[in-house]
Amino acid sequence: MSEAAATRQQRKVRQAIGEGPATRFVLLTIALAFLGLMLVAPLLVVFVEAFGRGLGVYFQALALPDTMAALQLTLLVAAIAVPANLVFGVAAAWLIAKFDFKGKSFLLTLIDLPFAVSPVVSGLIFVLLFGANSALGPWLEDNNIKILYAVPGIVIATIFITFPFIARELIPLMEQQGSSEEEAAVSLGASGWRTFFQVTLPNVKWGLLYGVLLCNARAMGEFGAVSVVSGHIRGVTNTLPLHIEILYNDNKAAAAFAVASLLAMLALVTLAVKTLLEARFAGEIAAQRRH
Amino acid sequence: MTATAPDGARSFRWRRRSVLPGFGLSLGYTIVYLSLIVLIPLAGLGIRSASLGWDQFWAIAFDRRVLLALQLSFGSALIAAIINTVFGVLVAWVLVRYRFPGRRWLDAAVDLPFALPTAVAGIALATLYAPNGPFGALLDDWFGLRVGFTSFGVVMALIFVGLPFVVRTVQPVLEEIDRETEEVAATLGARRWRTVTRVIFPALLPAILTGFALSFARGVGEYGSVIFIASNLPFQSEIAPLLIVIKLEENNYAGATAIATIMLVIAFVMLFVINLLQAWSRKWFGHE
Repeated sequence: MSEAAATRQQRKVRQAIGEGPATRFVLLTIALAFLGLMLVAPLLVVFVEAFGRGLGVYFQALALPDTMAALQLTLLVAAIAVPANLVFGVAAAWLIAKFDFKGKSFLLTLIDLPFAVSPVVSGLIFVLLFGANSALGPWLEDNNIKILYAVPGIVIATIFITFPFIARELIPLMEQQGSSEEEAAVSLGASGWRTFFQVTLPNVKWGLLYGVLLCNARAMGEFGAVSVVSGHIRGVTNTLPLHIEILYNDNKAAAAFAVASLLAMLALVTLAVKTLLEARFAGEIAAQRRH
Repeated sequence: MTATAPDGARSFRWRRRSVLPGFGLSLGYTIVYLSLIVLIPLAGLGIRSASLGWDQFWAIAFDRRVLLALQLSFGSALIAAIINTVFGVLVAWVLVRYRFPGRRWLDAAVDLPFALPTAVAGIALATLYAPNGPFGALLDDWFGLRVGFTSFGVVMALIFVGLPFVVRTVQPVLEEIDRETEEVAATLGARRWRTVTRVIFPALLPAILTGFALSFARGVGEYGSVIFIASNLPFQSEIAPLLIVIKLEENNYAGATAIATIMLVIAFVMLFVINLLQAWSRKWFGHE
């Protein structure tokens, strides 16, 4: 076969295993148009509506006392829920990735449960558990403990909603890395904690960071579950997403979008950090991306 | 890495020995935390629901308003999941197979519905598709289609929240598919379309079905983004989660519990199906 014939043959095969330029163009255009209309347009609307009436209106909306109270509550809830699920995520990942035992896949399914439950149902289960006509209700009232329609209820519902995030990010990553390095450390006499902090943690730190970011974004943005347990008391049990709803329903769209832009920026930062981490540490971030 | 122990004794061991410490501590902590946060509260719903008794349960479940709400939630979630499956596979294909400027940022944008709070998405979509909004006005002019404040709006919101699931389950599988099988099919004379439908598609099928199921399951339970874009009229555009909220506001705990139980049972069936699909996929295709 002459060289020219060989190149021609190669080109033919390449065409046969790829699409022609026209097909490529059409597929790419449809995909871009779909993502543009469905994802980018809603995001743009948030910022256009938020800043459309000028920076003065924007900062005025953010400086309202109710907005500041909602922001504080949201930060407080995330500051409790994220570390709680971080400790759990690390413990569960250590258990599942480093040991082999019966019932492991069943345990994994149980950890995934909160993903399958509707946010409203997640809120409802805590209303049924702590509400006035529950088994616990009278006891809580006698002891003057307020969980429902107060901050503890919001925190618990948020922990439930974000329960699997960090565990789900860490488990595939730690499984993939195996345990030979940890076994070596332990054989050389390192304690369990030292092995974890000096061997395991450096190996999974980027995946862990991404899990924390996702968990935080969801914790700050949760609406359905928190809406059911909060009781919507302005300035007291309103988180930022609930505050957005109130402003929007009060026909204060500009203020609602100003608050929404805060959460949208948080989402953008989360995605940007994720993209940068993936570009730099491709191997150290879990391949599994189900949330 | 041999899994079998050399000793002949077949004593029952429920876990393989390991030199690593912390099994008891991590197992104990995981079980206690899981029970306190997830299992006991969920069991509480089951107990409440069981105490309703069959007659009361069926009376609530077959109430016309409840049936219509469930129908709207499941129907729109189904339509949205089908649309997301078609476009999700296409987006995954374009992201994996084609190289174009800005691909990495587009890839990141797919995760936006995971990171953007549902209330933010809700008011943004409601503004876009309102009758006088930028998209709503165009669709009304061109096709006479009202999206905002109708059941079309519900589908639109569910497409938004469910979109990443199909892309994110299909994409890693597509990345792993061996290009050589395609080359073999091509050298054997298969045309491109035939290679795609007979060689690539069967390998992607478990991932596509998993993505479809995840997108559907997410859509059924969605609340935050939908309530802003739907008009929330009883019997017309009221989704099941909203009906739970309404029953709770009316202090009708029995009603809320019954609807929640129906949704929960269906969600668990979905979870079970998803797990079966993934086991099937691992067995036949060697990937998740």
